[in-house]
Amino acid sequence: MTAHVPEIHISQPQLQPESPARESQQRVSSAPVEVSAIRKFLLSRSDSVMTDRVFHVLMVLCALSIFSIVALIAWRLVVSSQLTWDKFGFGFFYKSFTDSYTQLPTYWDPVNERFSAVPFIYGTLVSSFLALILAVPLAIGLAIFLTEMCPRVLSGPLAFLTELLAAIPSIIYGVWAFFVMVPLLRDHVNPILIRGLGWTGLFSDDNPTGLGFVSAGVILAIMILPIISSLTREVMTAVPHSQREAVLALGATRWEMIRMGVLRNARIGIVGGIILGLGRALGETMAVTMVIGNTPEIHRSLLSNGASMASVIANEFTEAVSDMHRSALIEIGLALFIVTIIVNAIAQVLVWAVTRGTPSQAH
Amino acid sequence: MSAETFKFRTRMRTLTDSAVTALSILATVLVVAPLVAIFAYLVFKGASSLNLDFFTKIPKPEGESGGGMANAIVGSGILLGVASLLGVPIGIGGGIFLAEFGRGTKFANAVRFTADVLNGVPSIVMGLAVYSLVVVQQKTFSAFAGGVALGIMMIPTVCRTTEEMLLMVPHAVREAALGLGVPNWRSVLSITVKTASPGIITGCMLAFARVAGETAPLLFTALGNSFMSTSLNHPIEALPLQIYIFANSPYDDQHRLAWAGSLVLIVLIVLAVSLVRYVTSRGVLKGAS
Amino acid sequence: MGVGIEVKNLNAWYGTNHTLQDINLNIPANHATALIGPSGCGKSTFVRCLNRMHETNPIARVTGSVRIGDIDIYADAKPVQIRRRVGMVFQRPNPFPTMSIYDNVASGLKLNGYSNRRVLDEIVEKSLKNSALWDEVKDDLRKKSGASLSGGQQQRLCIARALAVDPEVLLMDEPASALDPVSTSKIEDLIFQLKSQYTIVIVTHNMQQAARVAEKTGFFLNGRMVEFDATHKIFTNPSDKRTEDYITGRFG
Repeated sequence: MTAHVPEIHISQPQLQPESPARESQQRVSSAPVEVSAIRKFLLSRSDSVMTDRVFHVLMVLCALSIFSIVALIAWRLVVSSQLTWDKFGFGFFYKSFTDSYTQLPTYWDPVNERFSAVPFIYGTLVSSFLALILAVPLAIGLAIFLTEMCPRVLSGPLAFLTELLAAIPSIIYGVWAFFVMVPLLRDHVNPILIRGLGWTGLFSDDNPTGLGFVSAGVILAIMILPIISSLTREVMTAVPHSQREAVLALGATRWEMIRMGVLRNARIGIVGGIILGLGRALGETMAVTMVIGNTPEIHRSLLSNGASMASVIANEFTEAVSDMHRSALIEIGLALFIVTIIVNAIAQVLVWAVTRGTPSQAH
Repeated sequence: MSAETFKFRTRMRTLTDSAVTALSILATVLVVAPLVAIFAYLVFKGASSLNLDFFTKIPKPEGESGGGMANAIVGSGILLGVASLLGVPIGIGGGIFLAEFGRGTKFANAVRFTADVLNGVPSIVMGLAVYSLVVVQQKTFSAFAGGVALGIMMIPTVCRTTEEMLLMVPHAVREAALGLGVPNWRSVLSITVKTASPGIITGCMLAFARVAGETAPLLFTALGNSFMSTSLNHPIEALPLQIYIFANSPYDDQHRLAWAGSLVLIVLIVLAVSLVRYVTSRGVLKGAS
Repeated sequence: MGVGIEVKNLNAWYGTNHTLQDINLNIPANHATALIGPSGCGKSTFVRCLNRMHETNPIARVTGSVRIGDIDIYADAKPVQIRRRVGMVFQRPNPFPTMSIYDNVASGLKLNGYSNRRVLDEIVEKSLKNSALWDEVKDDLRKKSGASLSGGQQQRLCIARALAVDPEVLLMDEPASALDPVSTSKIEDLIFQLKSQYTIVIVTHNMQQAARVAEKTGFFLNGRMVEFDATHKIFTNPSDKRTEDYITGRFG
């Protein structure tokens, strides 16, 4: 074996100044009692296998409790709505009754204990979709502005303001809507709607209060806008820069770059954000209760009073006298529960598919 | 294509570009406007009613002027206390489980999904469920029931933030603790959780601020109480609840109190959100990156 | 004083990946032993089997026996107990970021329940002196956090932390690979001084480092231990051709 092995000398490395090294050496050897005392102490400690196991179990219990809470909620809602389910069955959600005096369809008759959820489903759907129509373009516009056009200096404060909007409690939106927004709409916007769009039959002149589906839709739009906007921003920022650059390199204007390079890639997530906003709108209670008029009837005009599933529960539950009435309200709550779970689940799946992970905030 | 067509198309594209820019700016203004409007309105209408009485007196009977919302403030405090006792430990425990024990498992994904489901449950439905679960069994509306409803609502937020913050603690730190022979439970609590604690506390604050403004779940659990009460077994007032009742009443005095209460509520929430933002922007983990 | 380590038929897996195959060796007490080999050869896995850190990974598995002193660390004891007797210094310095320098060094004791302040003070001082960090930090022990030191200082802090629990064995997984040359040479000096009190096993990519500090060296390749002998023999006259190829830089 004659391969030339490079010379590697084992040399004594330069020791630190002699005295401290020797001192610490001496200290060690002159105080062996201390040294082994520590070792003895540590050897005497338990192996903590039991404590570790208990800790693990506790944490699992906390995680399991989340399941059990959801299960409990579902169970209680089902149990407490048995009465109306047994009496009306599935027809609770689509049938109507006939008022014995006017021979007109009626839906919500606590006195005679006849209940149908139709007007509330109608109200929820109408107000929520109105909200979406108003909120989505604005939210996407805001998101575009914040991610693509905004000067750095402004984007922080603006994002913060959007966060604040999301944090305002529902009741405060309701109070402001009732005292400020509704009169504003009633005096300035509704007449324009009636004059301009009255021919559609959707805007009639017979509600002087200014409450109703339109007002509910507007306040809901303001409330769900931050969510849709935040999520849109998130999925837009998740689109890699290379996509933007590729489109720009083809000679696109800025809007075209946004449309083709960003929005097209992010559209699944944006749809997810919209559905999330819808989920929030469906369950929104206090603001809607204050401005929707709380009339359990169906009217074609969007300016008429109505009620939503959440608002009728908030309005009537504490004054409900009969068990059947309460059961009807709880059954509406159960329907709301199921619908919002499905809607939110769809939204989460869509958003997750784009951002591939946990969105930092869902609300 | 011909020169004219090219020029026209280019101009159209530039116009579209400018239009969209203008619309985006308009959208931004429209979004900021309500925030400003709400705040201005509340300050304008509510500030004048904010006096010492507001914080120390309970409401006067209908029609009489004066009085305050002391019972609502105290009630909110008690409700939030009960809620935190329930929501924070379970939420943090869930977060610890997701980050330290269940990472990557299907079970953990199911837990996370369920927490999101719980988050999306409308608050009024939560109130109904707790009514059926607690109020009916105890045969009374109570602060306890209200606290339970709010506490359940805190869990998903606390759980999610805790998990996120724990995942940010570098693995090397955990290894250092285990390598010293520190038992796993001690390592998780004294090292990992402690390192992530600024972020975890922030998450709790966020959850706290969110449920502080909730009204719907309290409608049929805490119910409300025109008198000062600190008992857990009786109905209790809360700030958002009181605002709702007063706003709906026909009396101007009560409207004024509603506005003042709204101002207090919104100021507290803005403070909480700003604080959270400040803490997170300064870097949540001290030096652990 | 340190103890010897006896490894018999050690096999380790990460899931289905057979990372270590039939390792047999005796590591002498109170000496420094170096483990060299190309990336991925299993030397890090090997040392992590010596303090049962390997099994913190849920898909990890170990068979065989490791005796440290008179204890079979897999059969006769629990992981937590072993790790209190076998200290570890990792590749990247990892002081606890929320703790002061003092608390970092004392953490192995405090977190295991020790609370005697006077003794802790002495141990902290002694450990920092033994890791050649005392003079640089003695005025800021409680004021500065562990993470505010430089890389080399942090690593010496980690060494002090490991020494504070008075282990019998000190495992070092490429302790200087993330450090600058000055810090590296300081750490090598340390190892040279410490090896009379502890049994040191050091994993290194740097053959010169192995030659400088260790009496015995083991060469790992593809999960097996190819050769284990006195350091100067490994580097001047290795018995196995693979060792020679690695030493002369033909691969790795």
